[in-house]
Formats: sequence, C-alpha cells, structure tokens
Amino acid sequence: MPVPSKPESFMALEAIFLRHHRSPDSLIEILHHSQKFYSYLSDDLLRHVAARLQLPLSLVKGTASFYHLFRFQPPARHRCVVCTGTACQIQGAPALIAAMEEGLGLKLGARRGDGWASLSEVRCLGTCSDSPLVQIDDSIGRQQTVAGLRRWLQELEP
Amino acid sequence: MSGLRCCASAGCLARGSGALMGALETAISRGQLGDQIQLRPVGCLGPCSQGPLLALDPDGDLYAGVDPQDAETLVAALARRLHQSSDQATPLEWAPARGERLDLRAPFFQRQRRIVLEHCGLIDPTDLEQAIAVGAYGQLERVLQGWSPEQVVTELQRSGLRGRGGAGYPTGLKWATVARMPGARKVVVCNADEGDPGAFMDRAVLEGDPHRVLEGMVIAAYAVGADHGFIYIRAEYELAIERLRLAIEQAVDRGRLGAALFGTGFGFTLELRVGAGAYVCGEETALIASIEGKRGTPRPRPPYPAELGVGGRPTLINNVETFANVAPILREGADWFAAIGTAGSSGTKVFSLTGHVRRGGLVEVPMGTSLATVVLDMGEGSPHGSAVKAVQTGGPSGGCVPADRLDTPLDYESLQALGTIMGSGGMVVLDQSTDMVALAAYFMAFCREESCGKCVPCRAGTVQLHGLLKKILAGQASQADLDQLETLGAMVMDTSLCGLGQSAPKPMLSTLRYFRGDYLARLEAP
Repeated sequence: MPVPSKPESFMALEAIFLRHHRSPDSLIEILHHSQKFYSYLSDDLLRHVAARLQLPLSLVKGTASFYHLFRFQPPARHRCVVCTGTACQIQGAPALIAAMEEGLGLKLGARRGDGWASLSEVRCLGTCSDSPLVQIDDSIGRQQTVAGLRRWLQELEP
Repeated sequence: MSGLRCCASAGCLARGSGALMGALETAISRGQLGDQIQLRPVGCLGPCSQGPLLALDPDGDLYAGVDPQDAETLVAALARRLHQSSDQATPLEWAPARGERLDLRAPFFQRQRRIVLEHCGLIDPTDLEQAIAVGAYGQLERVLQGWSPEQVVTELQRSGLRGRGGAGYPTGLKWATVARMPGARKVVVCNADEGDPGAFMDRAVLEGDPHRVLEGMVIAAYAVGADHGFIYIRAEYELAIERLRLAIEQAVDRGRLGAALFGTGFGFTLELRVGAGAYVCGEETALIASIEGKRGTPRPRPPYPAELGVGGRPTLINNVETFANVAPILREGADWFAAIGTAGSSGTKVFSLTGHVRRGGLVEVPMGTSLATVVLDMGEGSPHGSAVKAVQTGGPSGGCVPADRLDTPLDYESLQALGTIMGSGGMVVLDQSTDMVALAAYFMAFCREESCGKCVPCRAGTVQLHGLLKKILAGQASQADLDQLETLGAMVMDTSLCGLGQSAPKPMLSTLRYFRGDYLARLEAP
C-alpha cells in the first residue's frame, strides 16, 4: 500500500514526475532530482516519492539506501572528503584520513551532531595525476600534504 | 592565423586551465586579435601530470604547466610573429614562466597510436560543427545509405574488436547474437560506469569527443535492430555528464539522433541515466536493474542481456571505448584494424597511467605493446630515484605484474596468464615503497564495501578475507591463516554469482603469487 503523502509540499518535483510519466523505472532519476532540490532525502520526501510513483515505501527506501550517493540527513556545512582511489591510496590517502579524523574530531563516515562537518571517502575522483586528492566543500586539494591539510582544517569556519 | 587548444578535461581544469582560458581570451580581445588567434577548449591532450596543457597550431607544439600569468606574453609573442611575416614556420619565441615546451619526440608521444583518441584534444567537444568537420557521423550516414545491418556486423566481426570494458568478449559476436534475437524493440546500452579506482579512460573520451561514442551507438543500433538506447554513467563524472547531455541535444537538433535519420526509415532515441555510486552497477545485469530504477543487484546468467535485457528486451551492452572504435573501423576497414595490435587482440587500447610514475596521463598504444614500453619508456619509470616494484592493472578485478615480468605484451591472454586482466585500462605503477599486503587489503576492503550482498560467497567471503588480511597486517596471523586465505579466496572466486565476487580475490592472490615473501615476513613466529 502506498503511504499517503502531503501533496502541498515537494511541488518542485511535479515537473519531474510528469516528464517521467510517473513511471517506476524513473525512481533513481527522481531520487537524484529530489536530493538536488531538497538537499537530502527526508522520510517525508521518500513517502511522497513512493506515493507519486505508486510504489511501496519499502521499495523506495530499499533502492535509495543501496546507493552511496543518496543522503538521508541534511549535508554538513563542511563536507570533507578523501579520495581513496588506488593512485591516492598508495600516495598518502591513509595519512590524510588520519589527519582529517584528528583535525575534525570525527571518524571516517561520520557527521558531527551539530551539522558542522562530515568526513567521508570517495572511490576515485578520476584526476589521478594529482593524487593524493582531498575535497573540502567545493575546493579540491591536489597533491595534498598532511601539513597543508592541517592548516586548511584550522581555517575552516566554525 | 594561429590556433590555441587548451585542455578542458577534468584533470587540467582542476589545475587551473579554466582561468588560463579566461586570461587568454582577455589578452586576445585586448589586442583585437580575435580573428587571427583562435582559442578553443579541447579534450585531454595526454600528459595530465604536467597540466595545464596548451597546444599551439599550426606548429603542433605542446606546452606544459602554463599559468594564467603567461597569457599576456604568449599572446604578445603570437602577435609579433603574425606581424613579422606570413611564414608560419618561424618557431615561436616564447616559453611559459614556470612551465616548458614538451619534447614531442619523447616516447610518451612517439609510442602512441591514437585511434579512439584521434580527435580528442583537437576539437572543441561542445561544438558539433567541429566534430562534423573531422568526420563525425560520416560513417553513420554511409552505413545507413548503403549497407545492410548484416554487412555492419560482419565488418565488426572481421575487425577482431573485443570488448574494452575488461572481459574482452568479441564485439562482433555480441552484435550478431543480439541481431539474431526476435522482436523489433531492442535496446543498446553504453556502459560508462567507469568504476575501477585509478581509471579515467572513458571519462577522457566522453569529455573530449562525445559524438564519437554517440555515433558508435547509433551504428550499433542499426546493426542489431534497436530503436532505443541508454548511456549509463557514474554520477561522479559531472563534466562528462554535462558534455554528454549537450552532445545528445545537439545530435537530436541536427538529425543525428531521433526518427528517420538521414532520410531513411531508421530511427534511434537515446537517454542518459546517471548512476548513484555503486561499483557493482558496472556488471551488466546489475546495470540493467539500475537503469530500470531498481537496486543494482546482479542476477544469474543465462539468460544473457542479449536475450533478456532492459525492460525484458534483447539488449546490447558495450563499453564507451568499444563504441568509440566503431567509426574508425568502418571508415578504414576491418583489415586495417585487424592489422594493428596482435592476432588475438586487434587494435589499440587506451590506458590511464598513474601512481608512482614520472609522466602520467592518458595514452593509447597498439595492443601487444609491452608493459615496460608503457611504464618505463613512456611513463619514464618511478620518480624520486625509486624503482618500479609492480604494475597494477584491472583495478579491484585485476592483479599486479611484478617488475621482472614487465616485458609482457599488453594483450588479453598474456595478462590473464599472469593472473591479472586487461581490465578497462587503469594502470597504476607501484614503486618499492608499496606494501603489497596493505594493497591487497585495500582492494579487499573495496570489494567488501561494494558487494551488493545478494550471494553469500561474496557477501560473507570478502568480510572474512579482509579480516584475515588485517590479521596478517597486524602481525598476528599464523601459517594456518595464510592457508585459509588461499582456500577461501579460491572458493569465493569459484562460487560467487557475478564478476565482482568472482574476481574479488584476484588482487590478493596475485600479490601472494609474486610477493609471498611480503606475507611470510608478517606471520607470527610459530
């Protein structure tokens, strides 16, 4: 049974539903758009998508949670990411992760409770000639050193 | 007339080629030289480790490490030369302040043979007219107006082209199988879910020459009798996605995609599907599930996608580089293509050369070129006075080739014999500082994380194997643990449902084969 949703919210998605004829095979495309508009997939949002596509909520949640790129809580103010592609891995990614964990006071994969920062890894940014790479918000650190990263973290806005 | 081609691929953009192009544009317009100096953004120019890269026409020179601050002096030098004489042969008296003019006689350039990348770095990938000017969609037009679908399939079969995604299945045979399937509504899928860490060949092709891939797909659709297609691309490749969206729009506008192509009854529509971060979706049955909006879990084969694919229809799935080979094969002929490379592996292969290597980047070489040529000659070996210990190919599904086997030719069978695979083309050079056990643990952690969880050998096996590797790394393992590692590894390979699990133990087993000493040195004293 589809779960009832609040149609007055999430209006921004109506055009997307329409474009895909509310077809179940557009679920992942719709989740991408949903996350883009609302920055993360809240429970209410997932219920709404389930209702509009006439899919069970369990299927929508099961699909969304399968993929790494879907978020279920608001993104942190500072998103700190270490690339752990092979070229980065053999050229210092483990030390960069350690420096991030220490500087942020967070374990890899965690997000601080107050939403200040999160720490995660990415499989490969695909620009391996500049490894090791880190990304903080929209800036990329190329051939990143641990010392440089420590300074960078200290400069992050509180 | 002078031309400046500035690399606008992700690697050079990250190094500031966007700012460089802006500075060049400003300098050109300030000097009112817009009709004498043509500036254009292009795809990958090759040695990414030395970017931002800038090429000069008609000289053909390639400059590395060019800064926005260099724009003024460069444009001034070009203006001087344009004023002095009409003789373009005068070498340009200019060099970037901190960069250099690259010696194009170096093996990095000389040993390449660019077929897939022939127009990458020459044309503006956002400009369909430039692509058409160098022949894009010309083979599609020729095929539609004079060839039967069977002729196309036969030509592909005769060329000996094999799948560039990793497994090396003969492309023509795959096309023939799908073509034989009944039904009018078949599907063509391009697998652009380039998930191997350290691999960026497909990204470069899509960013540098997207129409080449689209043309290959439409020709494939004609050959197998498909009317609809998908490109499944990983979400991490934002620039490639943007360029593909634009390319598809342009192709539709110019009648290269859509109904009644080139005045014939044949039509083909194309959709872009963006992945959401799941390595297993590179496996073809998982990829189909993901296109259908489901969890990306593989299913047993047969039935193969050729019989039962997207939406239950017969489906042809090929990789980006495979499609990019189609137009040149038809243009130059199957015999031409078959004469390049080796008997069993014809044509060229694009590799992304990274890791502990002096000169890294994107290279395309004939099949059969030795690993030593690519890594030691073209890549100029490892930096900082260290020596190459091994070369990793095939990512988490491949293995390591030790330094004393670098004379191995790059072809499907030779690499397989060494316990690794060609893979999609990622080539990571490892120097003496590399801890091979830690590397094996790294790949096992990757597979453990990316296992979809459907079958037990992969879901539970990768966890156990990773646990054993961590135990060895901590110096707490015994000989019995090492034995178990090998037994369990073989079991996971033999019994997993899909390619991810079947190859997950490969990086570990290959390091065990060539660097067993690294493992033994870590065992607890009995």
